[in-house]
Amino acid sequence: MTATSAPPVPRASGASPSGAAGRPRPRGRLAEVRASMPRAAWAVVCSALAVLVLYPLGVLVVRALTGPDGSVGLANFARLAASTGGISLLTGLGNSVFVSLTVTAVTVVVSTLAGYAFARMPFPGSTVVFFVVLVTFMIPFQAIITPLFLTLIQVGLHDSLVGLALVLATFNLPFGIFLMRNSFAAIPATLEDAALLDGCTPLQAARRVMLPLAVPGLVSTALLTFFAAWNDFFATLILINDQAKYTLPVSLNILAAGQNNAVDWGLMQAGVAVTVVPCVIIYLLLQKYYVAGLINGAIK
Amino acid sequence: MTAPVVDRAGSALRQPSARRADRRAGAVQGRRRLTGVLLVLPALLLLGTFFLYPLARTVVMSTFTWPLLGNRAFIGLGNYLEAFGDQAFLSAIGFTLVYTLVVTPVLLAVGLVLAGLVQRRTRAARIFQTVYFLPVVIGLASASYLFLFLWQPVIGPTTNLLAGLGVLDVTTNLFGDAVGAFVVVLLLVVWKTAGLQMLLLLSGFQSIPQEVNEAAAVDGATGWQRFVHVTLPLLRPTLALVLVFSVAGSLLAFDQFYILTAGGPDNSTITAVYQIFRSSFIQLDLGYGAALSLLLMLVLGLVSAGQLLLLRNSDHS
Repeated sequence: MTATSAPPVPRASGASPSGAAGRPRPRGRLAEVRASMPRAAWAVVCSALAVLVLYPLGVLVVRALTGPDGSVGLANFARLAASTGGISLLTGLGNSVFVSLTVTAVTVVVSTLAGYAFARMPFPGSTVVFFVVLVTFMIPFQAIITPLFLTLIQVGLHDSLVGLALVLATFNLPFGIFLMRNSFAAIPATLEDAALLDGCTPLQAARRVMLPLAVPGLVSTALLTFFAAWNDFFATLILINDQAKYTLPVSLNILAAGQNNAVDWGLMQAGVAVTVVPCVIIYLLLQKYYVAGLINGAIK
Repeated sequence: MTAPVVDRAGSALRQPSARRADRRAGAVQGRRRLTGVLLVLPALLLLGTFFLYPLARTVVMSTFTWPLLGNRAFIGLGNYLEAFGDQAFLSAIGFTLVYTLVVTPVLLAVGLVLAGLVQRRTRAARIFQTVYFLPVVIGLASASYLFLFLWQPVIGPTTNLLAGLGVLDVTTNLFGDAVGAFVVVLLLVVWKTAGLQMLLLLSGFQSIPQEVNEAAAVDGATGWQRFVHVTLPLLRPTLALVLVFSVAGSLLAFDQFYILTAGGPDNSTITAVYQIFRSSFIQLDLGYGAALSLLLMLVLGLVSAGQLLLLRNSDHS
């Protein structure tokens, strides 16, 4: 805001000198008025947009809680649990939880190990290997889904939730390794050296000194992976055939198809709510880590 | 994106070699490298089995007629030649490109407006940030099923709302015609992903030093002039990134069309990935599907290369 800090720019001819020299008071008051007006307008515009953004979610909650007889309550959820729509919500929920937690655990452990090696224990060729990992990041998994399907048949993991979890973990690995490598690289090397001088083995130093400092990166990796696994539709649609093994997003497909040519919208929106609400809660609780992970992964 | 990373890892590699003063340090160093290899091994095992091997297999499969059941035969570039004359594939590519060209600027514009609005460091602005970002954490599939309900004729809440305002007739089935379905998908994608663009642009805004804008303001630049001549040029790396996110996401679009339109009406909303899905898993022509996949990969590779080029140029300017 200080006029003195501005370097002289020859191109700005007319307005600049008069404004800088005089600094007339009326202009300041005008600025105050102009500043408060937009503040009110800003609040109105932002609130209107917030209403637009939240409107679909509001409708979702209302419809999910409106039973078939018009009463408000958990009737739709009870019907879902009792397989009214041709699929049990509880099975879908269990499958989703199993797949998402397995994917998250595998991704976090494997990418922490690899990230640590790339950041702290380089070996001949590690630069090349890391580059290959980054390249796989750029190849869409949709493009290799057909041979992946055949590979799973070969290794006996066809139509299996474990197979699906391993595949989803692999898709999330490049991003996880990238995040964890950055987390470990950001820790000063002197900390590890000090631990080694104190008699720690390199792995003890890694576990007791370095790992605790990389927890924010670890949480970011876990969150991004969990969301990706929980919300996956394409891979599950193709790799899982048995309806009893469907995760929530794919289960919705059955509810949307309806029975006897009639879609039970209350039932379906209750299913959407079960799929959506855990993500919203986790996001609101751990927003800081989620956002940090996205920005670190995307921009660094 | 990759260049600085490689440099840093490279210098980390050279450092230890200078330390090889005595034999004991050498042994420790050797063990350390071995540990490094072992730590990377699980990742390589997974990436090898579920990524690199299927990738190599895609290349091989694309040169075969490869029905799911039955005899396969090597046909060289036959699948590729077939693809270039395949009306269904070409129109899927065309539709995907149109979709990408429409979605990308809309998303960027909405993302920029949102980022501009919530840029302030106040509590209220942070709350609005959280709200606008909220749909990003919802799965695209769940969001699609939600929008499928919202826009149903007669019973859909949004259809009823707009009918009440006199915008459209309550019996209008937007999914029934190509333009209507496209509009619903566009609204869905903007609702679902503009928050991500906002967040990335916001962090781009924050990396621009405050002084630069202030200096321009003192020199008499209006808000719009500052935006066009100061903010936008400095935002170029972020813009490149945001553009690639939305272009890559749009070129790979599948969920929203599978759920909302099922490719209809009259196959008018079949995307490239959707066509690959149909070739491989409905027509069960796996070799042809693999060839289409590789063509798609090629397009995405070009987009990624374009991104790197944009980012690199901005480093030198």
